[in-house]
Amino acid sequence: MKIKSILRNISRHSMFFPITCLIIVLVINLIKTPTFFHVSINNGVLYGYIIDILNRASELVILAIGMTLVVACSGGTDISVGAVSAVAGAITIYLLVGPMSSGDYRMPYVLAILLGLLGAVLCGMFNGFLIARLKIQPMVATLILYTAGRGIAQVITQGFIIYVRKEEFKYLGNFIPGIPVPTPIIIATIVLILTNLLLKKTALGLYIQTVGVNRRAAKLVGLNSSLFIFLVYAFSGLCAGISGMIITSRVYSIDANNAGLNIELDAILAVAIGGNRLDGGKFSLAGSIVGAITIQALTTTLYAMKVTADQLPVYKAIVVVFIVVIQSSEFKRYIGKLLSRITKHGDRKQVEV
Amino acid sequence: MIRRFREKIDPNTFLLLITITLFVLMYIAGILIFRDKHFGRVQVFLNLFISNGGLIVAAVSMTMVLISGGIDISIGSVVAMTCMLLAWMMEKQNIGIIPAIIVVLIIGVIFGFFQGLLIAYLKIQPFIVTLAGMFFARGMTAIISTDMISIKNEAFLKIANAKLYFPFGGYVNRSGDIVYPYIYPSVVIGLVVLLLMFFVLKYSKFGRSIYAVGGNEQSALLLGLNVRLTKLKVYVLNGFFAALAGFVFCLNTSGGFVEQAKGFEMEAIASSVIGGTLLTGGVGNVIGSIFGVLIKGTIETFITFQGTLSSWWTKIVIAALLCFFIVLQSILGSSKDKKGKISKDH
Repeated sequence: MKIKSILRNISRHSMFFPITCLIIVLVINLIKTPTFFHVSINNGVLYGYIIDILNRASELVILAIGMTLVVACSGGTDISVGAVSAVAGAITIYLLVGPMSSGDYRMPYVLAILLGLLGAVLCGMFNGFLIARLKIQPMVATLILYTAGRGIAQVITQGFIIYVRKEEFKYLGNFIPGIPVPTPIIIATIVLILTNLLLKKTALGLYIQTVGVNRRAAKLVGLNSSLFIFLVYAFSGLCAGISGMIITSRVYSIDANNAGLNIELDAILAVAIGGNRLDGGKFSLAGSIVGAITIQALTTTLYAMKVTADQLPVYKAIVVVFIVVIQSSEFKRYIGKLLSRITKHGDRKQVEV
Repeated sequence: MIRRFREKIDPNTFLLLITITLFVLMYIAGILIFRDKHFGRVQVFLNLFISNGGLIVAAVSMTMVLISGGIDISIGSVVAMTCMLLAWMMEKQNIGIIPAIIVVLIIGVIFGFFQGLLIAYLKIQPFIVTLAGMFFARGMTAIISTDMISIKNEAFLKIANAKLYFPFGGYVNRSGDIVYPYIYPSVVIGLVVLLLMFFVLKYSKFGRSIYAVGGNEQSALLLGLNVRLTKLKVYVLNGFFAALAGFVFCLNTSGGFVEQAKGFEMEAIASSVIGGTLLTGGVGNVIGSIFGVLIKGTIETFITFQGTLSSWWTKIVIAALLCFFIVLQSILGSSKDKKGKISKDH
């Protein structure tokens, strides 16, 4: 009896679903590759499947943090993040080396990064303005930059793929000499800690939830709902910018057509797997991060199973549909009805929630 | 003065008028700027339809979905999947053109049915469902074939290249022959769909219930309309039109490849919105959407005639126009709110 109630409590915990998903993917991998959990040090850097997954999941984790807040606060999603990453990367690389591939910096590295991030924040603020001030549906408002973003990035790079041939530029996306942990993991951890401090040490997290649950009620209580929504989208832009920096540094180049392509679906998927409601309100950053890592593990697994990058979206789409269907309250109601019909003495009160 | 004018006519007619004026102004500007390149010829105007046959079908369908209060962003990927499937069936499997077309249309309907089921009966946000649909269809395109397939089927090419000449509006070319303007069958399909949906939306019971459901779901339910079934029908029909748009698109490109029709959904949404369809549902008409398509076509023609601008400027200009119209709608919408006619707060 007691075990039963403990099990029930565990299965009702908000982290149950994301962690179960992650465990399923990891177990599949462990069966396929017994050395899956081995971590070794090669040439002074950490090396292993797990490290690789965490490393590649970093930009997704960062995007998922921004996306979680966007979903929690506005009940919508920001689908422009991939395009904004490309814009930020394009700005930084163009400022650094100009329209032609080169190894010489035209301006200080840090300044170029900051300006790239500023560009991304401006994109986020544009989204925020449309959504908070003009009250346009989030998905439609972000659709504008979703399409125009890559066009803008193309205009900045003038249609070329620009390479930065300098060793220091690769640090952000790979390793800093002397530090065994991949830099993206460090950056993602810093972003996570800072965001968490901001949300937990101030009342910001609570406010965001309040606005997400009921925008009008929050306004009546005296919260400036529009301001919070605006800030959340600007923050999502910043996150997109940071991940844009990592993406471009990984391949030390900018390809406006392909940088961060389809990453917005992964970010939304991470939030959904994380057990967050897609219509706003309560959120769990930890859930989203487990979600992001799950997706990267899934992607790596699928690649290992010889699925090509072009075909990958099919499997991810199936996972998305599966998750949103399971989480849908209507679906639960149908299943409840069905179960009570089968058992015939189903508890009516419990069914008709 | 503008305000008094605006009070007299309702905001939606106002939006449509802006769109039509914009198109006429752009076209006149084009005629004046590119006078030496014969922008004024009838054929240039007809080319707007010829190069956008698929988009006409997609925009009409998108308008219907938007009126119902939903959205479909999978349409571009479904178009790509349809093209690829048509090419694959006709070239690799030697299936005739008629069965191939029937198969893709049926697949479109099934696709629409599943999306509609999730949206109408499980009440999942249309955007999320069709986002998944978008990635699914794009991935399926790659699963069918990662290489480009060109269509060499004779019957298909015959339809694709059949020029239907107009008996008037010709000009005399250098060798002294009269060249009459022409269109392709793809344009005819687009215009038939347009007329059909115009009458369905305006006069049929189904059409009116789409407006009712999109305008206010609760009221529609209280009026005794079957909201869920109406929505399901909308998405099924939309799936059919998406596949049909794919076929028409294919008539233009005569081939299938993975990256085809990328951003097509955005163009369809932009055309509808520019044509005066409200993204909040309940308002819109297909005539406006046609002008949306024509404006997009005119921008493209400008860029080709100009010669030095690159093609991604089309996307930026379209996005800017879309932004302009969305903002305009929002302003007109909020002025309606103040009058207390419609409250959009939920």
